[in-house]
Amino acid sequence: MEKKELMWDYEIEGKDFRNAGRVSSKVKDILKELGFDPDFVRRVAIASYEAEMNVVCHADKGTLHFAILPQALQIVVKDRGPGIPDIELAMQEGYSTAPPEIREMGFGAGMGLSNMKKNADELHIVSTVGQGTVVEMVMRSPRSRQGSA
Amino acid sequence: MKLSEIIKELALTIQSAAGRLDREVTGGYASDLLSDVMAHSKEGDIWVTIQGHPNVVAIATLRDLAGIILANGRQPDAETVQRAEEEGVPILCTLLPTFDVVGRLHRLGIHGKD
Ligand SMILES: Nc1ncnc2c1ncn2[C@@H]1O[C@H](COP(=O)(O)OP(=O)(O)OP(=O)(O)O)[C@@H](O)[C@H]1O
Ligand SMILES: [Mg+2]
Repeated sequence: MEKKELMWDYEIEGKDFRNAGRVSSKVKDILKELGFDPDFVRRVAIASYEAEMNVVCHADKGTLHFAILPQALQIVVKDRGPGIPDIELAMQEGYSTAPPEIREMGFGAGMGLSNMKKNADELHIVSTVGQGTVVEMVMRSPRSRQGSA
Repeated sequence: MKLSEIIKELALTIQSAAGRLDREVTGGYASDLLSDVMAHSKEGDIWVTIQGHPNVVAIATLRDLAGIILANGRQPDAETVQRAEEEGVPILCTLLPTFDVVGRLHRLGIHGKD
């Protein structure tokens, strides 16, 4: 049987606020094009945007890998950066270490990680202080949800 | 209500995507915190903010918002306008502060959650 690989990789530049969000727009366009349910596309767009913006706001550079698997969609955002010393604390809504110049732009509400958690079916974060962070999200589409029930 | 009617009623100036004003506005959201808008705005909303940098266009695109009103005399950056043209996101400006923009939208029947 022919196996079609549905995966994409994008680069994300730290502090590049000019292009920030473009990667997530591409992810959204691909899913829309493939005919995924609009509500599912909305959830993926929010989760992907927040992960992308965390690289832009908090890290030096990173990559977003996104794959459509038989049962789900997987997004892995890896960065080289300061890492997260206390993930549980970082997950708390309202907690942010964003510097003043970034807050001025409206980032730093401390809501990004909670937005990811609310919209993804699974969220896994592995971080090494001084090296970087890996955020993995799994999202199950309505169809595969029913299928796996 | 159509975006074009809101523009007329509030005397907004059009900064981008002049060809996209025919869209129906189904609700509204007001906030300057981007993750808050990401979490709580809805498709078809008009978004009232004072943020004029390019990332607002990304948010409007990702959330399928009908348009952005920049309140309080704020002007979009040149890059913001360029990106809004590319993505077809109407940016509209007014001297009115956020509070008054939202008040007028409510009077026109544009509501938030309810
Ligand atoms: N990729 C990352 N690298 C380093 N630190 C991170 C990363 N992602 C998140 N953090 C840390 O976790 C905190 C909380 O992240 P979260 O996305 O919830 O909020 P925020 O980015 O500060 O603000 P918002 O997302 O609301 O604009 C950040 O302030 C930062 O300290
Ligand atoms: Mg964030």
